[in-house]
Amino acid sequence: MSQVIVVTSGKGGVGKTTSAAAIAAGLAMKGKKVCVIDFDVGLRNLDLIMGVERRVVFDFINVINDGIRLNQALIKDKRVEGLYILPTSQTRDKDALSREGVEKVIEELRQDFDYVICDSPAGIEKGAYMALYFADEAIVVTNPEVSSVRDSDRILGILNSKSRRAEKGESPMKQHLLLTRYDLDRVARGEMLKLEDVVEILSIPVLGVIPQDDMVLQCSNLGLPVVLEPKSIAGQAYMDAVRRLMGETVELRFTTPPKKSFVNWLLRRTA
Amino acid sequence: MRLKDLFALFRAPSRSEGSASAAKQRLQVILAVERPLTRGQPDFLPLMQREILEVIRKYVPIDERKIKVEVEREADMSLLAVSIELPNAALSRAI
Repeated sequence: MSQVIVVTSGKGGVGKTTSAAAIAAGLAMKGKKVCVIDFDVGLRNLDLIMGVERRVVFDFINVINDGIRLNQALIKDKRVEGLYILPTSQTRDKDALSREGVEKVIEELRQDFDYVICDSPAGIEKGAYMALYFADEAIVVTNPEVSSVRDSDRILGILNSKSRRAEKGESPMKQHLLLTRYDLDRVARGEMLKLEDVVEILSIPVLGVIPQDDMVLQCSNLGLPVVLEPKSIAGQAYMDAVRRLMGETVELRFTTPPKKSFVNWLLRRTA
Repeated sequence: MRLKDLFALFRAPSRSEGSASAAKQRLQVILAVERPLTRGQPDFLPLMQREILEVIRKYVPIDERKIKVEVEREADMSLLAVSIELPNAALSRAI
């Protein structure tokens, strides 16, 4: 049974594309056949984050509007077996996304893939609506910060009222919280909302907590989904989230600060 | 390392505590106000407002611009306040 999952947030810059890339790659590493679609028409970036920007010939919009076949536009990842990327157009705008067109592509992908991951644009305009409309599940990417939490709450309202499932009165979309850029030191100092606070406010189950990790930037510099870098704690946290998404029970890691050594303590004091 | 830094090593950690709890509190307040408007519930207020006005208009002429509708939400109750400024003529006729 194929699952369509939207990665969304409302607010920009919280890590949607990084998360969509990491989760798609992680699912493929677990042996699933996965397609990740970029819905940010006109501002495509998934191709860069996935490191396939030079291999884009046709895109999602060409498939919808220009009679290009899906397998002409799908880019097969060379590092992970079973991982495919459907890039979007950099020159068209979001009006090129018709609901019927998106539906046709998603239904075709459902036949062939275990997971279809929809990377939503920021905002609550057409691109974001199209990304969430056909989804069975939603991953709401949130930073522990007031504007991100408020926007996530807004998106949850939209998921509950504007998705196809909501309109057809089907069982509600499954929603997951993915808390990213979690800075343990700042949480410990009481400067940053903690996981429990965000969960209490949004009241949806936690899929994962991704710790602040400098390697995320290094991986995006290289076009590498962060799960492909085993040394990255963010990558490890994403892999835990992937296992939870597949139904495993995995305990949360990286949610309490590492044990403090005297040297670390000294370094932090002089920083 | 300067002398100041050396002293800083032995001082209690800086007290920036509380900004996270302020964030939580502010979010809880604002979302309590926004949720009824954004969580997909039918927004009955405009329709109810129109119907109330129609009833009043049956008896007194009223000016659309002199109507104020407010909803105040608190922890365990909400208050709907409709205030309508009536023209002097309407009142004197009623009395």
